[in-house]
Amino acid sequence: MAMASAHPHTEARQPARWQDFIQLLKPRVMSLVVFTGLTGLVAAGRPVNWFLGAVAIFCIAVGAGASGALNMWYDSDIDAKMRRTRGRPVPAGRVQGSDAAGLGVVLSLFSVMLMGMALNWLAAGLLAFTIVFYAVVYTMWLKRSTPQNIVIGGLAGALPPVIGWAAATGQTPLNAWLLCAIIFMWTPPHFWALSLYTSEDYAKAGVPMMPVVRGAASTRRQILIYSLLFVPIAILPAFTGLGGAAYLAVSGVGGLIFLLLAVRLLRSRAGEAADPRRDDGLYDVAAGARTARNLFAFSILYLTLLFATLLVEHLAGLPALELFR
Amino acid sequence: MSDPSRESDAEAKARRGRNIALALGLVLFVILVFVVTLVRLGGNVAQRPL
Repeated sequence: MAMASAHPHTEARQPARWQDFIQLLKPRVMSLVVFTGLTGLVAAGRPVNWFLGAVAIFCIAVGAGASGALNMWYDSDIDAKMRRTRGRPVPAGRVQGSDAAGLGVVLSLFSVMLMGMALNWLAAGLLAFTIVFYAVVYTMWLKRSTPQNIVIGGLAGALPPVIGWAAATGQTPLNAWLLCAIIFMWTPPHFWALSLYTSEDYAKAGVPMMPVVRGAASTRRQILIYSLLFVPIAILPAFTGLGGAAYLAVSGVGGLIFLLLAVRLLRSRAGEAADPRRDDGLYDVAAGARTARNLFAFSILYLTLLFATLLVEHLAGLPALELFR
Repeated sequence: MSDPSRESDAEAKARRGRNIALALGLVLFVILVFVVTLVRLGGNVAQRPL
């Protein structure tokens, strides 16, 4: 891999370190994908050789990393304009865009081929679809063209449990797609809550995020609508033979808190500019932003708890509820 | 005047780090494929009729 080129954002040329290539793989996103993929693999309920199971999770992680590298290559122009992303290796000039793209392509091929050889080709095909969907459909097309970018693009982040399930069983039953639906419906409230207090950055970069295109009030309304759709879906596994009593309790109580935070966000002024005529405008906006931050932070906790509970229930062999089986 | 094409110490150190990481990655890949082959084929070989 070549040395980084001189770049307008850096005063002196910095050599690319191996850690920069790790950063291209978005390790934080990888960890979430590993977690949900592992839950799908375990919840499938069919014993898998531990080594092959580990290889399946490794392939999902590497595939997610490959998507991240391709995203960082293609989006380096956008990343350079946003405070949150301008320190990334490509916009900061430490790694050449072509090196990031090369790493992404090689790791994509590696992860898909290994998944196919070690587990099965259904899981490999789903992994390939996920990578292409994230890198091409989301990154190259949706992200720059529609405020629905993260709604449709969210499918890429929602597929890992299905891939894990397919890796274990060679099949993708409804319960696997239910796990996918949970993450898919969770994505809009999660990302729009974040974008309500970072919309300035997105506007500067020309990314048509919902608060930039439709305004903060519309975004807050849509967050509540998606939350109302999301919470029942999050509770559903307790009624399909997937989750047990603990899952029902966690998803029910957490869901109520989620809805409460979404209602509080709706009533706030999160995402709106300060009104200079009001003395307390600055504090108002800060208070509004806090409601968006609260929902954003809780959304991460809630999703983690949902999948952790399922994982623990299945690892411990706790019985699923048999309400509508 | 220093030669602009000459590698600085920091660049050499970074390149060495990248090379080691790449070598470790390749070794891991070889080991992974080897063990996957053993696990996938081993069971079938053990079960084949004599």
